Amino acid sequence: MTTTTHDAPARPRRSRRPLGGALRAQPLGVLLALPYVLFLAAVMAWPLIQAVWISFQDYFFTAPTAVVEHPFVGFDNYISAVTDPQVRQSFKNIAVFLVINVPLTAVLSLVLASALNRIVRFASAFRVAFYIPYVTASVSLIGVWMLLFSRHGLVNTILGPLAPDPSWLVNSTLAMPSIALYVTWKQLGFYILLYLAALQGIPKELYESAEMDGAGVVGRFRNVTVPGVRSVTALVLILAIITGANLFTEPYLLTNGGGPDGASATPVLLIYQKGIQQTNPDVASAIGVLLVIGIGVLSILAARTGKEN
Amino acid sequence: MASRTRTKGSGAGASHHGTRRSLLVLYAVLTLCALAFIFPFWFMAVGAFQSSPTSSPTDLFPTGGWTLQNFTDINARLHLIRSLVNSLVFTIGVLAGTLTFGLAAGYSLSRLQWRGRGALFAIMLGVQAIPFQLLMIPLYVQVTRTYGLGDSYLGMILPFLINTTAVFIFRQFFLSLPESLFEAARIDGASELRIMTSIAVPLVKPAIATVALITFIGPWNEFLWPFLITKNAELQPLAVALANYISNVSQTATNPNGAILAGAATLAFPVVLLFVFFQRYFQASDISSGVKG
Repeated sequence: MTTTTHDAPARPRRSRRPLGGALRAQPLGVLLALPYVLFLAAVMAWPLIQAVWISFQDYFFTAPTAVVEHPFVGFDNYISAVTDPQVRQSFKNIAVFLVINVPLTAVLSLVLASALNRIVRFASAFRVAFYIPYVTASVSLIGVWMLLFSRHGLVNTILGPLAPDPSWLVNSTLAMPSIALYVTWKQLGFYILLYLAALQGIPKELYESAEMDGAGVVGRFRNVTVPGVRSVTALVLILAIITGANLFTEPYLLTNGGGPDGASATPVLLIYQKGIQQTNPDVASAIGVLLVIGIGVLSILAARTGKEN
Repeated sequence: MASRTRTKGSGAGASHHGTRRSLLVLYAVLTLCALAFIFPFWFMAVGAFQSSPTSSPTDLFPTGGWTLQNFTDINARLHLIRSLVNSLVFTIGVLAGTLTFGLAAGYSLSRLQWRGRGALFAIMLGVQAIPFQLLMIPLYVQVTRTYGLGDSYLGMILPFLINTTAVFIFRQFFLSLPESLFEAARIDGASELRIMTSIAVPLVKPAIATVALITFIGPWNEFLWPFLITKNAELQPLAVALANYISNVSQTATNPNGAILAGAATLAFPVVLLFVFFQRYFQASDISSGVKG
C-alpha cells in the first residue's frame, strides 16, 4: 500500500522540497493527524522538556504573571535527592516491589493464560473473572483490601494465631510485599489477555511433535510455550516494570501515605509530597528524571528477554 | 524399534486418560484462581448492603441485616450523584476526544500518504514509554497556573484527551481493510474525507467498541491527576472523593466500613457491568495489537 499513492486525478510529482512533498502527497493526512500531533507536543513533549529543565533549576511556584529568575543550579537538585534518606528508602522500596511483582506477574499470567487456552467450556466466564480486577478502579479495591488485611480483618481472622503482628499494611517488613501482591492480583488479567493472544500464534503442530517426542505437560510448557511467547514476555516485563515504578495510589491509600515510617513510600509518592505538598518542584523533578533513567535501564534489560539466542 | 512403538502406543493410551484427568485438574485450578479474583467483589457487594459489615467468615453469607443505610451515610459525606456526574463528564470528554481525534489520526496513519507519517508512528511508540508521573509536575504547573484550568473539567480531561493505544488500535483496523474497497470508492469519485467517514469508519465498528471500552476505564478509574488539580469537592470525580473519604473522614467516623464499601461498590459496578456485558469486545488480540503497535 505504500507503493500506490491515491491522489486527486492530476497526481502531482513528488516534490524535492520536503515540506512541499508533505503537502502535495495527501494534505488531508496531515490535517487529520494534526490534533493528535498537537496533543503529543503539548501534553508529552513539552512537559518532558520542562521536567528535565526544572530539575536543573532553582525552581519554585509563582503566580502566572510574575517574572522571576530561575537560576541554573547544575546537579544540586540531584544531589539533594540522592542524599535524602527518604528518597533512597523509596527506591529501595520500589526494588522490593519489583522483585516480588514482576516475576510473579510474568509466571502467573503465562500459566493461567496457558490453562485458559486449553479449555473450551466456560472459557469466557473465566476470562471475565480474571480481568474484572484490572478494569475496576484501584480506589474501590483498595477500600476492600484495607478491610480484608486490617488487624481484625477477614484474613487475620482466618489465619488466627498465624496472623502477623503488627498487621500486614502497618508492618514495616510486610507493607511493601502486601502492596506488591495487591498490584499483581489487580493487573494480572491484562497480562493474561496479552499472553492469550500470543498463545494463539503458536502452531499446534509444535505441541503435537513435542508430544510425539514424549514431552509431558511440563516439557511442552518449557520447550514450546515459553519460547513461543518470548517477545510478549519481554513486553509483559517492561509493562510490569513501568507500572510498578509509577506506583502512587496504593501506597498513598493502602498504607496511609507510604507508612509505616516510609517503609512503603515510593518515588512517585515523594514526587507528589516534595513537589506539590512541600513546593519543591525542582527536587521532585530530579527524582522523576532519576526514576525514568532507572525504568529505562530495567526496560532495556527486560527487552533482551525478547531476543532469540 | 519395537520398544519405541510400544512406548508410543501406551503413551497414547495414558495420555487419553491423562487428558481427562488433567482437564479436571485444570478446571479445579482455574476455578480456585477465579474465586480469588472475584472474592473481593463479593465481599464488597455483600458488605455494602449490611448494617454492620464485619470480618468473620460467617458474615460472608448473611441471612439478615440488609440495609441501604451505608449508601445514605457515604452520600451525606461526599454527594454520590454529584461525584458520579463529575466522573461521567470527565469520562465522556476523554471518550469524545479519543474517538474523534483518534479515528482521524488512526486513519491518517494507515490510509493516507504524507511525509512525517513514519516519524509520527515512531514517536507514538516512544510516547508509551514516558511515564505520566514524570510529566506530572510540569503539567500541574501548566494546567493550574499557566492556563488557569485547575478545578475545571477541561483541566481534568486535557492530559487524557487522546489515548495513544486507541490510535494504534484504529490504525491496525484501518490497515486490515481491503485496498480494493478504497480504489472502488475513488473510481466512483468519492473524496478522501467522504471515503473515511462513510466507508472506513462504519467498517471498523468493532474497533470503536473495543476502544470505547478500554478508554472508559482510564478516566473513570483515574485518581492521581484529578486529585492533584481539583481542590473543589464540587468538581471531584467519585474516585477522588472516595479516596479523600478513605484517607481523612473515615478515621473519625464511628463505623466507616459500610460507607467505604458502599462508595467502592458505586464506583466499581458501572465498569464491572459494562465489561461483563461487552466482554466480547475486550479481546486479547485487539488490545495487544494496540500495545505492541
